Amino acid sequence: MSMKLSTRQVDGVTIVDCSGRITLGEGSVMMRDTVRDLLSKGNKKIVLNLGEVNYIDSSGIGELVSAFTTTKNQGGELKLLNLTKKVHDLLQITKLYTVFDVKDDEAAAVKAFK
Amino acid sequence: MEQTISYTLDSTLETVDHAEESATRIATELGFPEDEVMQISMAVREGAVNAVLHGNAYAPDKKVILAFEHTQEDLVITIRDQGRGIDLGCIPNPLAPENLLKTSGRGIFLMRSFMDVVEIRPSQTGTEIKLIKHVHGPSGGGKEGSQ
Repeated sequence: MSMKLSTRQVDGVTIVDCSGRITLGEGSVMMRDTVRDLLSKGNKKIVLNLGEVNYIDSSGIGELVSAFTTTKNQGGELKLLNLTKKVHDLLQITKLYTVFDVKDDEAAAVKAFK
Repeated sequence: MEQTISYTLDSTLETVDHAEESATRIATELGFPEDEVMQISMAVREGAVNAVLHGNAYAPDKKVILAFEHTQEDLVITIRDQGRGIDLGCIPNPLAPENLLKTSGRGIFLMRSFMDVVEIRPSQTGTEIKLIKHVHGPSGGGKEGSQ
């Protein structure tokens, strides 16, 4: 039910594997803290793997936007990977799908960084 | 057969989860298809977030009243808070290009996206949000009477 995050490095890119729910409270806070921690340590190429995220609310959407803009403002890049249908549909109706750089293949996502 | 279930809840995050779980359970029991159950539960969650955060501002002395009413035609969910009321004129359009990258302000939009009717009645003694899903209505898209 709750959210779990783990990070790994692939060719200089940090993959954040997310599972569970990104919702108001713990899930949103974990996402925010993880991205800020990565940026503070100089990891500015970030992929959020949302393949195991089964639920997201408006606060979670806000956290994705915050992660995207915070990374960009610090000279980094953040991409989204493996959207579930629920998350994909939510990003479509909120018109955020084209704002984010969305990938469905990890190797392609890693390769896409400049 | 009509049936009403009502809860009086504290202004906490647990209330938000409880509201969502209740909506999921009731919509499932009423036979809504899976995609509509998800829409109803998300809309109720957003309504509860609105009541707990923006309405009651987590105040321990203020309650959230959540009611589910099932008629032959509709599932009607009412969420009331005891806050100062929201100014609907001050809610920006989250789809406007200048608002797309804002980190908040999508809750009411999502409620309107997922339900057939959304009525919001703000007052000095609180806000009432009424969410209606037609039992045999269109899924998702078609809204009517949204305020």
